[in-house]
Amino acid sequence: MDIKLTIDGKEIEVPQGTMLLEACRKAGADIPTFCYDPDLKLAGSCRMCVVQPKGWRNLVASCVTPAQNGMVIETESPDVVEARKVVLELMLARHKLTCHTCEKDGECNLQDYCYRYGVTESRFAGKVHNLFKDDSNPFIERDYDKCVMCTRCVRACEEITGARAINVMDRGHHAHIATAYDGNLEDSPCVFCGQCIMVCPVGALTSKIAAGQGKPAQNDKVLTTCTYCGTGCTLELNVKNDKIVGVTSNRDAEWSPVNRGALCVKGRFGWDFVNSPERLTTPLIKENGEFRPASWDEALDLAAEKIKGIKEKYGPDSLSMFSSARVTNEENYLAQKLMRAAIGSNNVDHCARL
Amino acid sequence: MTQEYRVLLEHADKINPESAADYIQVGGYKGLEKAHSMNPRDLTDEVKKSGLRGRGGAGFNAGMKWSFVPQYPETKYVVCNFDEGEPGTYKDRIICQKNAQALLEGMAICGHAIGSNNGYIYCRGEYPFVVEMLKNAIGNAKESGALGEFNIEVRMGAGAYVCGEETALIESIEGHRGEPRFKPPFPGVEGLWRMPTVVNNVETFACLPYIMTNGADWFAGIGAKSYPGTKVLTLTGDIENPTYFEVPTDYLLRDVIYELGGGVKGGKKLKAVQVGGTSGAFIPPQNLDTPIDFDSMGAIGAALGSGAVFVMDESRDIVDIINRIAKFFEHESCGQCTPCREGTFRCKEIMERINTGRGSLKDIENLKVLARIMQKASLCGLGQAAPIPITSTLEHFEYEYLRKLV
Amino acid sequence: MTNSINELESDAKCVFLIGTNTTENHPVIGYKIRQNVVKNGAKLVVADPRKTELAEMADVYLPFKPGTDVALLNGMMNVIISEGLADREFIESRTEGYEAMAKVVANYPPEAAAEICGVDAADIIKAAHLYAESEASSLCYAMGITQHTTGTDNVKSCCNLALLTGNLGKPGTGVNPLRGQNNVQGACDMGALPVVFTAYQAVTNDEAREKFEKAWGVKLSGVNGLTLTKTINKAHEGEVKGLIVVGENPMVSDPDLHHVEEAFDKLDFLLVQDIFLTETARKADVVLPGVSFAEKDGTFSNTERRVQRVRKAISNIGDARQDWEILCELSTRLGYPMSYNSAEEIFEEIRTLTPSYAGMTYARLEGKGLPWPCPTEDHPGTPILHKEKFNRGLGLFHAIEYLEPAEVPDEEYPIILTTGRSLYHYHTGTMTRKAKGLDAYMSENVVQINTELAKVKNIVSGEVVRVTTRRGSIELKAEVIDGIRENVIFTYFHFAEAAANVLTNADVLDPVAGIPEYKVSAARLEKI
Ligand SMILES: Cc1cc2nc3c(=O)[nH]c(=O)nc-3n(C[C@H](O)[C@H](O)[C@H](O)COP(=O)(O)O)c2cc1C
Ligand code: SF4
Ligand code: SF4
Ligand code: SF4
Ligand code: SF4
Repeated sequence: MDIKLTIDGKEIEVPQGTMLLEACRKAGADIPTFCYDPDLKLAGSCRMCVVQPKGWRNLVASCVTPAQNGMVIETESPDVVEARKVVLELMLARHKLTCHTCEKDGECNLQDYCYRYGVTESRFAGKVHNLFKDDSNPFIERDYDKCVMCTRCVRACEEITGARAINVMDRGHHAHIATAYDGNLEDSPCVFCGQCIMVCPVGALTSKIAAGQGKPAQNDKVLTTCTYCGTGCTLELNVKNDKIVGVTSNRDAEWSPVNRGALCVKGRFGWDFVNSPERLTTPLIKENGEFRPASWDEALDLAAEKIKGIKEKYGPDSLSMFSSARVTNEENYLAQKLMRAAIGSNNVDHCARL
Repeated sequence: MTQEYRVLLEHADKINPESAADYIQVGGYKGLEKAHSMNPRDLTDEVKKSGLRGRGGAGFNAGMKWSFVPQYPETKYVVCNFDEGEPGTYKDRIICQKNAQALLEGMAICGHAIGSNNGYIYCRGEYPFVVEMLKNAIGNAKESGALGEFNIEVRMGAGAYVCGEETALIESIEGHRGEPRFKPPFPGVEGLWRMPTVVNNVETFACLPYIMTNGADWFAGIGAKSYPGTKVLTLTGDIENPTYFEVPTDYLLRDVIYELGGGVKGGKKLKAVQVGGTSGAFIPPQNLDTPIDFDSMGAIGAALGSGAVFVMDESRDIVDIINRIAKFFEHESCGQCTPCREGTFRCKEIMERINTGRGSLKDIENLKVLARIMQKASLCGLGQAAPIPITSTLEHFEYEYLRKLV
Repeated sequence: MTNSINELESDAKCVFLIGTNTTENHPVIGYKIRQNVVKNGAKLVVADPRKTELAEMADVYLPFKPGTDVALLNGMMNVIISEGLADREFIESRTEGYEAMAKVVANYPPEAAAEICGVDAADIIKAAHLYAESEASSLCYAMGITQHTTGTDNVKSCCNLALLTGNLGKPGTGVNPLRGQNNVQGACDMGALPVVFTAYQAVTNDEAREKFEKAWGVKLSGVNGLTLTKTINKAHEGEVKGLIVVGENPMVSDPDLHHVEEAFDKLDFLLVQDIFLTETARKADVVLPGVSFAEKDGTFSNTERRVQRVRKAISNIGDARQDWEILCELSTRLGYPMSYNSAEEIFEEIRTLTPSYAGMTYARLEGKGLPWPCPTEDHPGTPILHKEKFNRGLGLFHAIEYLEPAEVPDEEYPIILTTGRSLYHYHTGTMTRKAKGLDAYMSENVVQINTELAKVKNIVSGEVVRVTTRRGSIELKAEVIDGIRENVIFTYFHFAEAAANVLTNADVLDPVAGIPEYKVSAARLEKI
């Protein structure tokens, strides 16, 4: 059964059970959120998405309030705007504002909403926390002086990965995200999947591997398939100046069908081998037990000559080829084609069994 | 009319509250018997008709609340809110200590109405001695067969004020952090272990046996029309007679202080009364001629709340008291939602500044903004009500603030 | 996989994991299984010699002896048959060979199976009930099933179990091998196997061969080729003289590394195409620098048969070249000219020769990819195989007896060594050991030892111990844990400097698949 309501003067119809947030977005209203995440259980706690139902004493958090028939909603009334500004100012009051060096600069919800509502500084500035302490793990930087306590990381850790490595500790203003006993991630059940980084709306959680190489917001992103296990997760290679500088993920099932943005430690943090100084950059020929760089023509000619020689002398089946479970289909196809058509043997295999 | 009117506490100290037999002697468990003879829907209607409204603070019509509980699932729960975390409030403890069997009977009546045999009493952590007594009372009632199939378990609270909020209480019983849930869904539909649950206050439950035995009309005829019955009040602060009373709900606040309470201690002048606990409004002397019922209190910007009455004489420093209240809320906020988690902390900071002579007009301005947004945008009642002492004193006692500014 | 990954998150009402440490080796699949258990209450049965993360939350955990898979599965089937839990209708309409299978299975009452496997009979019974009675049960396995001399038998037994209970062809069911590397599925699909062209068209099949001869314009051999392990043996014997290795590292990944090294030393010519100077590349006469996944266009086929795009993000590093270009150059120099303008052009050729890929184009693969078979351009792809019928028509039961692993513990080598992967590394570590976070987090190999065994041997966590088998010996740090059988030790194969495959057995292979028995070697553990 559909219900009718009015949002910012526009009448719309939505199915029973639709939350106001969705209804508002459907009506074209741009509702800001921190704690809302379509893939996670609702929290309703950041109170950024508040809207004003006509005739109600209080504002309501649109992400957790079901639309009701006949409701008249204002999404940017003076009260709503004031509430959002105050919420932002309260967040700013405890926030280590170092946008210039922040990895999240340019795609940070706090920045964006402060910009939108013209919040330049907080009227409530006072004591700050100084929660940051070095967590020695090699993957994830945790700077809770930038945390807005949306708990998306906690929910992602539990509801996507199932690790339950982190939770809210202490109460009130002292509440913060922590592992059990407030220790390092390494000493928790954390598996360094980085789902927490993926969902964090601000710069509290960032990748140590990518740090300083390029702000994700400014990087080009190329969607591709992970090079590690057979799950075949989709990930986004971050590119800056023709260099891989990070990995992010796309949460849209239409683009990330297997994993919907979730990755494991290898997919999210294991990309930097691409830039290793040990990468081979030129053909090599061994002479007297030592490698020396060679031109492509020289190396290819030598290889072809040797292979031809063996084939002529011992027949095609004295040659064999190991193709690879890591190269593409196209390359595997050409490899076996080369072995079969150019050399004339079926001696081609790869490490499927290993 | 300046007398107490005792219903719940009529037999206080005359019967052993642990003993079902004692209670039966003075007419107990007749109400449950009657309830059992009715079908659940009629029973709920009867309670609705009595006009009984929640005594835990929100003042919701009890029968109405029950009627929201769906009929289908097998498992439902009846939960008694005995968290009583409000400083200066101890009326639930008094009711238990004097008339525990009435509470048990009330819960069983509710159980019949919603189709549940599973009762829980969530008892304030600071009341271990009452827990002992309650357990004995339950054991005795079960043994005597008075409760029939209905079972009651007692759970100890963790000492957090917010756990008195019904959904935080439910989380706490489930063994989670005591954090309120967003509503809807209300507990009536999705409560304890996500099953339909009625949460009522001790006093609310304890009224039920009397409604059942004497009839809904009888109850509806006592006290204020829109909030009938009696109310147990606890008097604290600068008062001659700091004790508890049970009065009809149309009783005047002035009479509470000057008749039953014996007036301000030492004959001093009254400065303010805070009704309803820590988050209650500060009522100036000119508003004393207001009945204590829910709606009349609401009309003067106050709330009956738990029925705590805190009296302050002329020598009290309002700003200092508010500063302490701000500290209380900063300490008790669960930390879930932004306005309350950050707001209670900043309120406390500002109040400290003002109280120590370092505040400015700007601070008062900011306090007002903060209070407004906390009330309008917090997730649960704690954050919504926490600024009321501030706003009410800024309204009636602004000079106390101004004289402390730099 | 017969079914798709996301079915494990919702459709499967019971998941049976045997020989897969899913949360470590296929982490994202592991998350999904865990969420299914936590959120939907799916039942979970885990059979593994090591108490894996998922074993911790399983309804039944079977810590069976390595190599006794067939006995365990036969035991479960025995229970299913004798308690009348089999899917009669499915067996009648969709299968054949039931009688022969049932006859063998009758020899494995749960008590007998329990004895062989070293588990409780009651747990076998419970596992059988959970698997057979759920609405949809998915069986997943990985190398723990295949890397045995009886690997093929193990797989067939898995199929038996699924056929017996009708757990095939429906959402949430299936026999689902979780494949280790990103494109094993694709490499097989593309015919990088000694006996088949693309899409498993046999080289010995004249019709298939003619098709490829026509397409490629050249006469082709109809003789089955050598598998990887056989190639190494033949090189050792001097019959294979030249070897081309494209992006593999057999010098760490293959069993019995001393043997591999000797074989490589005997080659007349070794050509290696790789992105790093791997242990294998160091042995080469010529090394050609290819590019990593970040530098190339193409497709990978994941373990659920989904063909997905790989997209070029950066230019070739240094003077390195696209791997397909290198192959074309080499082929041309060998007198068989190959020339393409792009990976896409190669894909276009592939699909004309590969029925299961025929309906795919890069344009169609753009978003979600497509699971094969996808025979025509309007075909939506096939997430679930064997819906109405099996490839051969009826599903065939196999009657399979339990056989002991090739090496069983004896006085000299009293312990079973088994090998596997870590969450933090991949294959021979060629890439992950050069990823600074991963290498910092786990920079050396360890051997996992049961607390009791460690007590007996007076070994503590962190101390360096020696592990010896008939092939060789390595020294590495001990990690003392509870979650492993007392007479089993476990180590990783990612580390060249303490290479597990110095220890493993290359002499005995699965007779059909040619897979070495990585999962069982008789070993000795010494304090040093
Ligand atoms: C912060 C907070 C604390 C509360 N504490 C109590 C309490 O201690 N006892 C109580 O009965 N109700 C308390 N309540 C009210 C409960 O949420 C709930 O409304 C009540 O238990 C319902 O019972 P009633 O309808 O019988 O009043 C509190 C509410 C809030 C927001
Ligand atoms: S990295 Fe993954 S496991 Fe670790 S805290 Fe973040 S979400 Fe949890
Ligand atoms: S760390 Fe990020 S995701 Fe986690 S609570 Fe803080 S702001 Fe939210
Ligand atoms: S991200 Fe992890 S789980 Fe996904 S494909 Fe890569 S290695 Fe496998
Ligand atoms: S208003 Fe306060 S107590 Fe209530 S949910 Fe928000 S932070 Fe917690």
